[in-house]
Amino acid sequence: MKPLLRRHKNHISYNFWGLIFLIPFFVIFIWLQLVPLGRTFYYAFEKYFYSTGKGSFIGPTFCGWDNFAYIFTNGAIRKYYFFDQSIGSWWMPDIAYYLANTLIIWLMGFIPQIIVSLALAIWFTDARLKLKFTRFWKTVMYMPNLIMAAAFGMLFLMLFSSDGPVVQILMSMGILHEQFSFGDSEFWVRFIIALINFLMWFGNTTLLLMSGVMGIDESIFESAVVDGSSAHHTFWAITFPLLKPIFIYVFITSLIGGIQLFDVAWMVTRGGGGPNLTSLTVMSYLYMLINKAKNYGQAGALSIVMFFITAALSMSVFYVSISQKNPEKGVARERRKRFRTYKDCDPTRLEMARISHQQGGISL
Amino acid sequence: MKLFEKNNAGKTPVGSTNISSNGCVSLTLAPRKKERISGTTQLIIRRIFVYIVLVILTLMCLFPIWILLVNMTRTHSQISTQFSLWFGTHFAENWSNVFARTNIKLDKALLNSLLIAFCSSVLTCYFSALTAFSIQIYNFKGKNIIFTFILLIMMIPSQVGALGFLQMMNDMHATNKFWPLILPAIASPIVFFYMKQYMEAVLPFEIIEAARVDGASEFSIFHIIVLPLMVPALAVQFIFCFVGSWNNLFIPSLLLSKEDMQTVPIVISKFTDTSNPINFDLGQVYIAIGLAIIPLVIMYLIFSRFIIKGMTAGAVKG
Repeated sequence: MKPLLRRHKNHISYNFWGLIFLIPFFVIFIWLQLVPLGRTFYYAFEKYFYSTGKGSFIGPTFCGWDNFAYIFTNGAIRKYYFFDQSIGSWWMPDIAYYLANTLIIWLMGFIPQIIVSLALAIWFTDARLKLKFTRFWKTVMYMPNLIMAAAFGMLFLMLFSSDGPVVQILMSMGILHEQFSFGDSEFWVRFIIALINFLMWFGNTTLLLMSGVMGIDESIFESAVVDGSSAHHTFWAITFPLLKPIFIYVFITSLIGGIQLFDVAWMVTRGGGGPNLTSLTVMSYLYMLINKAKNYGQAGALSIVMFFITAALSMSVFYVSISQKNPEKGVARERRKRFRTYKDCDPTRLEMARISHQQGGISL
Repeated sequence: MKLFEKNNAGKTPVGSTNISSNGCVSLTLAPRKKERISGTTQLIIRRIFVYIVLVILTLMCLFPIWILLVNMTRTHSQISTQFSLWFGTHFAENWSNVFARTNIKLDKALLNSLLIAFCSSVLTCYFSALTAFSIQIYNFKGKNIIFTFILLIMMIPSQVGALGFLQMMNDMHATNKFWPLILPAIASPIVFFYMKQYMEAVLPFEIIEAARVDGASEFSIFHIIVLPLMVPALAVQFIFCFVGSWNNLFIPSLLLSKEDMQTVPIVISKFTDTSNPINFDLGQVYIAIGLAIIPLVIMYLIFSRFIIKGMTAGAVKG
């Protein structure tokens, strides 16, 4: 009995080390991420702002849901544009307006991004096409993803300035006859932001979709070819349905990244929000509330709203990545279902997390 | 299918198997000759189209960087009057001018950014590997709950906690210090998850047991056996973390207000102010942007193979 007991004891002491190794992660997480988040929740219910009249901070004093009420009801009569054509003006709450800006800019980048990425993913993995230099193409197309968003934004601001290279090229080609200020046009400011987003993320999406296409069983494609299916038909009947889970995942993660859009929009609009605030994103609004208006109560309320929006979206990713798994039979597998769930959702979780990380995510 | 039926009217149906007199089994296929020719032409046309699209996208990616490189070597008047695709001769002049400026401390910013990015990447890699090691190897009560918890907190964007974080640092008199930007890197769920995934593939439990039999302590097992095995994963994550930290604007710009302490993205973001005197010499602006972008581009080009592999590795495995 004695050796058995000792072995048992040894196991306990080993596992005790496991807990020791977890300490740094959790101490830092609770101290520098959870407590600040809790504090943000706290400020959301406090009246706390910098009064320029008094030259000092007022509060914090408890004010219930006032900050949320302000965030949701404060608005203005805004003008609306479609390709720089005014299509009317009506009242809208600020948060809805900025959220709409953010989503429009995101869509302007995301729609071409998903189309181009899908085409590239299919071409790169097409055995009949036999593309040359695939490593070169992939290397170049992934590169913008690592470029500093702020510097990229500044660079495009310079390229598209009224006497910048783009205008110079267009003028020398005879397309433009006089200097044109991209920065004064609602459409072009949004377009430039969306273009930068497109350039930064299409390589990433391509790699992701490629791994999805390569994950499809090769024999399915082979039998499709034997059956005389055209490339077009193969895509719609085989590739697309099988890629659906990855699509949904790319869509939602891109949306999560999209509503956190800050750096590029902030730079391209020169920290202002563009003409008539048409390119002011939600995160820029938050930054303005914290840094310029110094209204910490309202900033807290906005943070909480954003927190729940992102949480809902992340939960849907989590749900999709779990529900896409086919239930497999077998008692032993059934018993390890929990474990498999995490193991299988790897591509989605990891990539999703990486996107959030790149957008200035968890690691500060 | 319609096409095949028309071609084969009156013949053996397509796809049927015949047993010929000498005993060979043959599969009757649709007549291929005509189709093959048109198929090849079609393939060539498709290939040309694909290459054109690839070249356009590549140009779109490279054009801004090329213009950046070119304009780094030209004077302000050259930049603002005439567009050029080839280099000028004023690189050294722009370079010394931008570092001679008193209102922008670019050299200081580069050093600060380097320091913050390096320290936080090292911490992230080391402690994520440690946390992953703990979850992967040991069995203790609540392990699954902890793992689920880490997965759930993965997606909280740092911006939503920024306000509380800023206030906390204000109370602790930690604004204009680097540690609030470095220390949080220890708790990085994303990197942890990658490391965990990697360990599942490369770290057999037998190695740990063998080391224990040989009398190694748990701490030295991690340092002597696990960390060397994790080098490829550590390298990939180091690069990603470095890039993420180097490029980060939101929280550093809220925390660092002193000029001596600012990082490169903050300095660059100040250029958007049209009254900033650096805007009167665009050559210098381009140099500053170049210094923010080009070191990372070079690093990327050196390690691109590992980066792209590392980026897809996690995705393929699932």
